[in-house]
Amino acid sequence: MNLPVTVVATLAWRNLWRNYRRTLIMLITIALGVWSMIFMTALMRGMVDEIVRNGLETLPGEVQIHAPDYRRDPSIVNSMAMPSGALLAALAEPPVIGWSGRVRVPAVISSERDSRGVTLLGVDPVAESNLGSAPDNIIEGRFLEGVDDKGVVIGASLARRLETKLGKRIVIMSQDPENNVADRGARIVGIYKARLPSTEDIFVYSGRSVIQKMLKIEGEVSEIAVTADDYRAVLDWYPAIASAAGPDVEVLPWTELDTYLSTMLRVQDGFALVFMVVIFLALSFGLVNTLVMAVFERVREIGLMQALGMRPGLILAQILLESLYLLFVGLGIGNITAYLSIKSLESGIDISGVAEGMEMMNMSPVLYPALEFSDMLMSTGVVICLGLLASLLPAWKASQLDPVKALAKN
Amino acid sequence: MSAIICKELCKTFHQGDQVITGLDHVSIEIDKGTFTCLSGPSGSGKTTLLNAMGGLDTPDSGEIRVGDVQLDQLSRAELADMRLHNIGFVFQAYNLIPVLTARENVEFVMQVQGVGKGDRRRRTDEVLAEVGLSGMEDRLPAQLSGGQQQRVAVARAIASKPKLVLADEPTANLDSKSAAELMALFVDLNVNRGITFVIATHDVRVMGYARRLISMRDGLIISDEAQQSHAMAV
Repeated sequence: MNLPVTVVATLAWRNLWRNYRRTLIMLITIALGVWSMIFMTALMRGMVDEIVRNGLETLPGEVQIHAPDYRRDPSIVNSMAMPSGALLAALAEPPVIGWSGRVRVPAVISSERDSRGVTLLGVDPVAESNLGSAPDNIIEGRFLEGVDDKGVVIGASLARRLETKLGKRIVIMSQDPENNVADRGARIVGIYKARLPSTEDIFVYSGRSVIQKMLKIEGEVSEIAVTADDYRAVLDWYPAIASAAGPDVEVLPWTELDTYLSTMLRVQDGFALVFMVVIFLALSFGLVNTLVMAVFERVREIGLMQALGMRPGLILAQILLESLYLLFVGLGIGNITAYLSIKSLESGIDISGVAEGMEMMNMSPVLYPALEFSDMLMSTGVVICLGLLASLLPAWKASQLDPVKALAKN
Repeated sequence: MSAIICKELCKTFHQGDQVITGLDHVSIEIDKGTFTCLSGPSGSGKTTLLNAMGGLDTPDSGEIRVGDVQLDQLSRAELADMRLHNIGFVFQAYNLIPVLTARENVEFVMQVQGVGKGDRRRRTDEVLAEVGLSGMEDRLPAQLSGGQQQRVAVARAIASKPKLVLADEPTANLDSKSAAELMALFVDLNVNRGITFVIATHDVRVMGYARRLISMRDGLIISDEAQQSHAMAV
């Protein structure tokens, strides 16, 4: 069947502009709705991105490799060898951008005044920096200079509790694999500040080789943390690492290591869709009203077209096309303005004045909107699908008009 | 040979508790190539009969055949197709699509029929010239006078070469001069093209052009008589 596409498209477009004020108001409404869908989603995504990224820095890494029993019993007995062979080669391949082998054991730290239970981290400071997990705010002294650095770096809160300070000596105690006490004295070479005081209380850093020697596990580490350029894509690349690591170790992505973070990400994606649907539902009343009015004003004309032989299906198509034009133009304007406004705020929005205590949520006081193409696509999908759905009723009613009654309408 | 056959058509309308008879067992045959007027006062049933002949309205009972097609057996969509391909309509109030130019209004039916662009344009130029509207192709209906708009409506009705044109009070909104010009055009199309015309009217000026005059009252045909040739009247 030869469909009269041109005439339907022409009629739909021209009818749209018959009442240009009403059309413009509706276009502005749709554009504003689409803008708010994308902009607010970008803000939410930026917020969640920040929380997840900060969480991954603390975790650390997007993938971790452990001895099989380490997660059940994170003690020195569940250590493993540093990467070599196929695993080392896999860790040098993109999208991996950094990895670090670290010793991580429970320990007790004692100053001349007090003792505390901590997590002792024997790290390679260069690799930790690449991983983004080294403390980034050293408020006194320095961070470690290498794997052989004999000094320790502690948190400001821990220093207060131990009533100690930079340059003072402390004693670290843990257990070696034989369950013997392993201890050593060390000097505090740096004090760091973290977003959360609990982080400052828990993590104590020292050179990896020094800790390995103290614990008598030379060449072994507790975990290998790996990071890439997009944490959302971890499920795409981590199987290659798992395959290279072999069956003797456990390789897990961050989504399994920290289910709270992955749940938050899923909730955010779901919430974005709900948010878009809610905004559009409010919009749809305006859209339906516009179309109902457009049909009501043209009852006689629709009757005429039917009398001349236009099938009801074509009348339906014409009204739906009018709605589609309106939606597409509104979407275009909304997407462009959202893109431009988000781009102009790429350097971040300082929300410290209105959102105190953001660091408690693992967030910085500067919000970076994150524009995702998929969000623009999702808002477009929501607007088109729900828009067409909302337009169906007025379009259907128009197509079912009785031509005789419609022609008699004044 | 009959262009239209109506048998025992009945149609009633309900207005509150009141039942109004639109058609009361009307039977009629319209021959091909004839020029027929349905006359009568408002509410006599002439427009109801015309709408039934055009497949716009469905009678409560009875049979209508237009050419070889029995209308009462067709669905809404099939009726639309039948009108599209077989019947030209001219209505009382010009009834052009206001957002389309004169040319586009004339092309409308052919576009819906799926006629190619070249044929459409050639045919439109021909019929617009035929109704005396050359040079006004790109005007919107609002930029045309009542008489010119009705001519565009006639051009649209005949552009797809229908064998039957149904016109409902085509001169109702026209001055005497425009009405006479329009009727002359109808007569010309009837005589030279052999198009069958059925016109519902209560305008005595129009009745004078008909070769057959059917008078109606209260849904009944009260007289059906042949008249002097309209060609002579023109």
